[in-house]
Amino acid sequence: MNKVIGTAVAALASASLAACATTASKPPADKRPATSQPAAALPKGLDPAAAKDPFPSTYRALPGQAVALVGATVLTGTGTQVDNGTVLIRDGRIAAVGAGLAVPAGYETVDARGKWITPGLIDTHSHLGVYPAPEVQAHSDGNEAIDPNTAQVWAEHSVWPQDPGFNLARAGGVTTLLVLPGSANLFGGRGVTLRNIPARTVQDMKFPGAPYTLKMACGENPKRVYGGKQRTPSTRMGNVAGYRAAWINAADYMRKWDDYRAKAGRGEKADPPKRDLQLDTLAGVLKGEILVQNHCYRADEMAQMIDISKEFGYRITAFHHTVEAYKIADLLAKNDICAATWTNWWGAKLEVFDSVEANVPLVDAAGACAIIKSDDPDLIQRLNQEAAEALAAGRAAGLQITEAQAIRWITANPAKALGILTETGTLEAGKRADVTLWDGNPFSVYARAQRVWIDGGLAYDRNDPRFQARSDFELGLEGRR
Amino acid sequence: MIRRLAVLLAATALVAAPQAQAATVAIVNARILNPGAAEIPSGTVVVRDGKIVAVGASVATPAGAQVVDAKGGVLTPGFVAVNSMLGAVEVSAVGDDIDVKTPDLGAAFDVQYALNPDSVVIPVARLGGITSAVVTPRAEGGQGGAGEHDDSGAEATSGAPSSEHAHHLFAGQAAVIQLARGSDMLLKPKVAMVSPFGNAGAKVAGGARGAQYVLLKEALADVRAYMRNRAAYERAGYRDLSLSRADLEALIPVVNGQMPLVAVANKASDIRAVLKLARDENIKLILTGAAEAWRVAPELAAARVPVILNPILNRPTSFETLGATMENAARLEAAGVTVAIEGNSGAHRAHEMRYNAGVAVANGMTKGGALAAVTINPAKIFGVANRVGSLEPGKDADLVVWSGDPFEPLSKPHLILVRGEAQPLRSRQLDLRDRYLDLNRPMPPGYSY
Repeated sequence: MNKVIGTAVAALASASLAACATTASKPPADKRPATSQPAAALPKGLDPAAAKDPFPSTYRALPGQAVALVGATVLTGTGTQVDNGTVLIRDGRIAAVGAGLAVPAGYETVDARGKWITPGLIDTHSHLGVYPAPEVQAHSDGNEAIDPNTAQVWAEHSVWPQDPGFNLARAGGVTTLLVLPGSANLFGGRGVTLRNIPARTVQDMKFPGAPYTLKMACGENPKRVYGGKQRTPSTRMGNVAGYRAAWINAADYMRKWDDYRAKAGRGEKADPPKRDLQLDTLAGVLKGEILVQNHCYRADEMAQMIDISKEFGYRITAFHHTVEAYKIADLLAKNDICAATWTNWWGAKLEVFDSVEANVPLVDAAGACAIIKSDDPDLIQRLNQEAAEALAAGRAAGLQITEAQAIRWITANPAKALGILTETGTLEAGKRADVTLWDGNPFSVYARAQRVWIDGGLAYDRNDPRFQARSDFELGLEGRR
Repeated sequence: MIRRLAVLLAATALVAAPQAQAATVAIVNARILNPGAAEIPSGTVVVRDGKIVAVGASVATPAGAQVVDAKGGVLTPGFVAVNSMLGAVEVSAVGDDIDVKTPDLGAAFDVQYALNPDSVVIPVARLGGITSAVVTPRAEGGQGGAGEHDDSGAEATSGAPSSEHAHHLFAGQAAVIQLARGSDMLLKPKVAMVSPFGNAGAKVAGGARGAQYVLLKEALADVRAYMRNRAAYERAGYRDLSLSRADLEALIPVVNGQMPLVAVANKASDIRAVLKLARDENIKLILTGAAEAWRVAPELAAARVPVILNPILNRPTSFETLGATMENAARLEAAGVTVAIEGNSGAHRAHEMRYNAGVAVANGMTKGGALAAVTINPAKIFGVANRVGSLEPGKDADLVVWSGDPFEPLSKPHLILVRGEAQPLRSRQLDLRDRYLDLNRPMPPGYSY
């Protein structure tokens, strides 16, 4: 329990993270040799292989210094609780975590006795920036609800970095979030994983090397939106036909590019296929480079989505909302699919009728990856409270769950679902120093984040206005002074 | 890896519920939290025929009473939910009974006729300690009976309210219910009238605040004219009035100052305007929404206008809520304003009101103030404090014994009484949970209960 945690980060890498690691280690696309000679003649924007990252991250960590947080109760995100724990932060990374560690020279010491430390929280389902405050029509940028397949749109192109919600989420301990398009469409578009720092551009927030994600949606929303427009899909069977048709198109598109590259490689005359942004994204999924984040409530629909993924050879990384995950927890565990949900949101529509508060703990107990997420700019400020409600429900269901296990629902497991577990989500030596210091047990309703570090830089301090960022929108407003 | 306990479904109720037929019940060994009173570290509550007969540290157990040992658990009054839809909705998208879309009816709309004690939503709310609720018509703009989460990515509503809601100055009349199992849930009908102000009020009046106030004053003047000239009106010998006869009748208690008007307003300037209207028209006011109420706190305190709010709302979701802060409740309390705290939706997430009370405390409200804000304050605001809201002899025995601090998510209810009757600590959600606890049964889940 009290040993130093220094597990090699690399050991955590799973197959699904390969894309992330590969992307991160590659030089920028335009410095790379072209993949095939004739293709070099193709302008970059016309060749999907040459333009994998056209909006590259310009993220820079906030300035930081070596900090030692001493004497806290530490929940590491690995299932471990360290009492009287010390967390050492240096050069933007976790240097060490353990009980009663000696503080080396050169560290600023923070007395954290009586306080709790967790990894920075991670939200796998946010619409901050794409549905920012104020919530006026001019800001409604999250659903390109004009066609059931809009895999070509990218949430990052809608993100308004001045959404005051980012700052409020940071005050709730959130250091990383996935901003997704809405769920009006079968294929809603690409999500973007952000570091939660105040920034002038969305590129300044993009998590370096994080894989892209694709938002898909099951059930009532697509059939309601398009059925209402007298278009397909107007039924659940229409939904499924729509997914399958899209994957067939994507596979066909990949084959055309492969044929072109093969011919060009042999020096034969070949016309390059026309680049298609929608099919690029779907092809990225089929190649395992883009992670599927699938809005899907009902157990029976999730089982069908799993079959579709097998039919076309892709992986579903996480189901979102998934209020019926507890009915198929074994299936999710077997297929290594995360379930990201709330604790007690229910009843808004019929597909949300069978929620149970113990959903997340039951999924966890079955051995699947269980996640609490927000999908909401208010809830994102209290992910710890939502996790506490789930913890209580799990215990009431007869499950023995520690706080150290439950904290994974809002730290390590979301990091896994975003393909960034090798970088963040736990307090382990070598990882990014994304750390939240709480004034008490984070499973108490009274607990509040006191300080938040992102990559070792102090990003929030409840007691120091110099570290309480405000968006441009909030300046000069009488009510927000 | 999370381990399952050997006995999953052993009765988790550590506090034995009293038998239904027991006329007198003494709940002993309870830590009693009563709004406005000092905490009793270990006390007794005696209940007879559905009423509280004694509360105290040294109350003797009456002869023949059934004794229920609270085992040190925390005993509070049952919570009173505000801005509620309980009993008037099952699944939001399927429909509810808290707003009307006819242009001919506003003030006269009365939620009391919709109430369904068998709603599956009620046991979930009750497990959050809610034993009564103010079922409130939804005003234009969504407040009053509050809205539900839209998971398609919330579409903008603040700037452009939905046109589906009643285009009317008055959204209708609220009723107070008790969440007892059985058929008799109406505690008091016609407890308040609801009206939208701010952007939503402007919208129902054709697009501008100036229009709404003129129309409102005209309507109230028409009510008074109608009261004075009823006979002529009935003979059709009177000028046209701006409201239907049913609406005029419904508004008589409002202009008489008997029925409070729940004004939905958020912006400080809108709150000041509605305070002036109430003063000019001699109307009893309740403020809800109230994002910037803290900026008007002294005026609200001076006018003795109570405020219903949600303490988690801190985002500038519109140009009406730029001053939203989680310290709203604390600042109003400090100024002497009576505060009531709501849950996160009118029905399905109503039970989160106890967590919201905790959030208010985390942001500066006193614990006693937060307890009052979910019990006696709403009871007083809606005129049912003679029946519910605190533990006092003569009041209904609506109470909850908790495993710990009732605002903490890790606490849970062990005993819930409504009118002295023990309520089942079950819900449809728990039935579903138990059906799927074991996924390896030989027979499909459909055969298990």
